[in-house]
Amino acid sequence: MSAIYILWIRQLKRYVRSRARIVGSLGQPLLFLLGFGLGFGPVFQKAGHGSYMQFLAPGVIGMSILFTAIFSGIELIWDRQFGFLKEVLVAPVPRLTIMIGRTLGGATVAMMQGIIVLLICLLTGFRPASLAALPLALLYMALIAVMFTALGTAIASGLSDFQGFQLVMNFLVMPTFFLSGALFPLNGIPKALAVVAAVDPLSYGVDGMRGALLGGGYHFGAGTDLLVMSLVAAALLALGSYLFSRVQL
Amino acid sequence: MIRAQNLVKKFGEIEAVRDISFEVGEGEIFAFLGPNGAGKTTTIKMLTTLLRPTSGKVEIDGLDPVTHQNEVRQRFGIVFQDPSVDDELTAYENLDFHGVLYKVPRKARAERIQRLLDLFELWDRRNDLVKTFSGGMRRRLEIARGLLHTPKIMFLDEPTLGLDPQTRHQRWTHINKLNAEERVTVFLTTHYMEEAERVAHRIAIIDHGRIVAQGTPDALKQQTNSTTLEQAFLALTGSSIREESASGLDQMRGMARMWGRGRR
Repeated sequence: MSAIYILWIRQLKRYVRSRARIVGSLGQPLLFLLGFGLGFGPVFQKAGHGSYMQFLAPGVIGMSILFTAIFSGIELIWDRQFGFLKEVLVAPVPRLTIMIGRTLGGATVAMMQGIIVLLICLLTGFRPASLAALPLALLYMALIAVMFTALGTAIASGLSDFQGFQLVMNFLVMPTFFLSGALFPLNGIPKALAVVAAVDPLSYGVDGMRGALLGGGYHFGAGTDLLVMSLVAAALLALGSYLFSRVQL
Repeated sequence: MIRAQNLVKKFGEIEAVRDISFEVGEGEIFAFLGPNGAGKTTTIKMLTTLLRPTSGKVEIDGLDPVTHQNEVRQRFGIVFQDPSVDDELTAYENLDFHGVLYKVPRKARAERIQRLLDLFELWDRRNDLVKTFSGGMRRRLEIARGLLHTPKIMFLDEPTLGLDPQTRHQRWTHINKLNAEERVTVFLTTHYMEEAERVAHRIAIIDHGRIVAQGTPDALKQQTNSTTLEQAFLALTGSSIREESASGLDQMRGMARMWGRGRR
């Protein structure tokens, strides 16, 4: 237990201390909110979908959690390159404990980032339907965070250096974001795109958050969102733990 | 304290360690010497639960690292060749982190951290982030960390590599002091022969995966009719330069990559 705690608190300390990283990672959500949000607002309104800012905010929150979580998982490569991983792997602590501590730490950091972005959304004019919906929205956020931290760890377990990182960003993380329905409604999109969106686990997270925060208008349904995300999170945790257990120095 | 019997490690076709045996007694300072790529690091990894031997047996304080991984890990401290501290944490936090992972009780942890940071002259800098530390300070911190959980054995892989003579001298003074005060058994590798000669009680020389000689520094010199350990070392291992090859595991990874069997 205390091992999990110390691993968790380490991630948090590293996050809080890297102010540049926090500020830097707010740039992208801001760009999307202001650029896309304000830019596409009128078109969206004319098409009869209501306020684009309201629609977009949950997607941008999902995006920032996705990026931070994947990055937290991939930080494993840093630990490997800078040697700290050796210290952890040679300690009398089971690998699974290390994996749990890391994932909780990474997911917490991603959640904090998501909450900061939620607050920014409020500043730029986003209004949730009710405060009562907040706990449910936070639950979806947490699931997104756990899911993608575990995925990041799984990926990092297979990479020995940063060379594969760009590949992961361009072929996994960006598509996961763009095809998730974070930016556009999933109703009435071409069949192929709809299939891809249905396979993309972030779609369910964004859908769940959006439904909770806007008080309805789910695409998949609240129950489906929760179920799919829980299953995917469990599967990715298992995959991440397995791959991490095979990491050699 | 450490016993290796007919230890063999193969990486695919490559035999990194070929049937070596040695023993290190309690409280001894044992130097493991050899040219680059001779099998030193592979041996240390087998002794410290990081690699499984292909065949042969290891005993650490009477326990087998393969079957009693965590018990063995609790019994040794290790300072790796490359740095392994967290730059974004303070010196104190690095030690505290270690203490928690090794289940040192809170009170004992605080006392021991203070004592070790004092000993290694880092107490004044305890609350500074490690990224502000010099190379020598980091290595001192690593040794302090390795000792935090009062291990019975300390593995030091090239503890003085790249340090200036003053720091190296001080390092050996520390190591001697620890060996005397805490009765820690020390297993070390180094390329500095005169240092091995000065501090080690016993020495083993490994080359091409085999132990070519072992004994006290004086015995090795006598055996080869040399006046210094360096001469003895060269007499035993030849003077041709070894290619700076990667470790066996890296070689295997390299081959796997070449043959397209993934990255591992």
